[in-house]
Amino acid sequence: MMALRTLQKRFSMALLDRTREVPSGIRTAGLDRIDRRFDVYRNNVFVGLTEALVTRFPVCHALVGDEFFRAMARVFIELSPPRSPVLMTYGDDFANFVDTFPPAHPVPYLGDVARLESALTRAYHAADAAPLTVDELASLAPCRWEQIHVELHPSVQVATSVYPIVSIWEAHVRTDDHPVIDSSRAEDALVVRPDLEVEVHRLPPGAATFLTALLKGASLRTAADVAMTDPRFDLITTLSGVLAVRIIVGIRSSRE
Amino acid sequence: MTSRTTISIAGAMAAALGYVAVAHAEPKPPPTADQEKCFGVALKGQNDCAAGPGTTCAGTSKVDYQGNAWKIVPKGTCTTVMAPGNRMGSLQALNRDLPRS
Repeated sequence: MMALRTLQKRFSMALLDRTREVPSGIRTAGLDRIDRRFDVYRNNVFVGLTEALVTRFPVCHALVGDEFFRAMARVFIELSPPRSPVLMTYGDDFANFVDTFPPAHPVPYLGDVARLESALTRAYHAADAAPLTVDELASLAPCRWEQIHVELHPSVQVATSVYPIVSIWEAHVRTDDHPVIDSSRAEDALVVRPDLEVEVHRLPPGAATFLTALLKGASLRTAADVAMTDPRFDLITTLSGVLAVRIIVGIRSSRE
Repeated sequence: MTSRTTISIAGAMAAALGYVAVAHAEPKPPPTADQEKCFGVALKGQNDCAAGPGTTCAGTSKVDYQGNAWKIVPKGTCTTVMAPGNRMGSLQALNRDLPRS
């Protein structure tokens, strides 16, 4: 008799690959043929995971249409079946797949929009934290700022693109307004959930580099120096934006 | 080690704090941590969780104001939430506005 672990492995491989036969040892209680029962199970797996992707990537779904999206989802599911029983994390690597999926290349921004959409759900499920107020930050002695590391809200995500991903996303979620989008304009997005609602903000030039450095633990000084390699980066504009959207939840000095 | 060509963090932060303090003279008070689940008030696809069989939970309610889908709202406000068509929010799941199966 086959070990349970081997049986489970063969079972899951046969689920995702229609060319594989039903593993021996699997039987049906009724009179129906086992391969037909297994096909029902197989179909339910694909339908369920496809629905999860349609739900998580509604703008990508709208951009390419239902038929294309579902066909693309099927290829993705075969290549990247869930690694966790938690369905809300499924599709974290969907954007990377879209980038490498040749039929999607006529829509060059699709992968970046998918990255933005997966950031939205990650922000939604991230831990809560209370942002520091402007008054609390203003009470800090000015001379200390050079050494300060800021802790950003756990929901903070940065999505970068050479395409106007925020405008594309907004055009689909705000149905009352259909602006003309300049497809040559690059847009970086900040995704954050300071309270109950996930917010999407456009970032000024270089701010994505600045925030990414902060997320990696760099001090304000180091992050600013890295971002200033982009001549369009403006520190005051970026810091004003960071303060306005309330993403700083803690500060510490690098000497501590 | 701040050179003359490099803007100081303190200076930039002071400017940014001043700018934001003016722009946000009357900040909207953030919602408190006291929240409650409110059934029957979420728009289609905007529920926070619980929409019954056939859905994968958050963001999956099939109709507006679906009775068995809930949204997190500030505590004490649920039963005062009014949705169009004389619908009120409820702390328990409702039988109205269920998707046809």
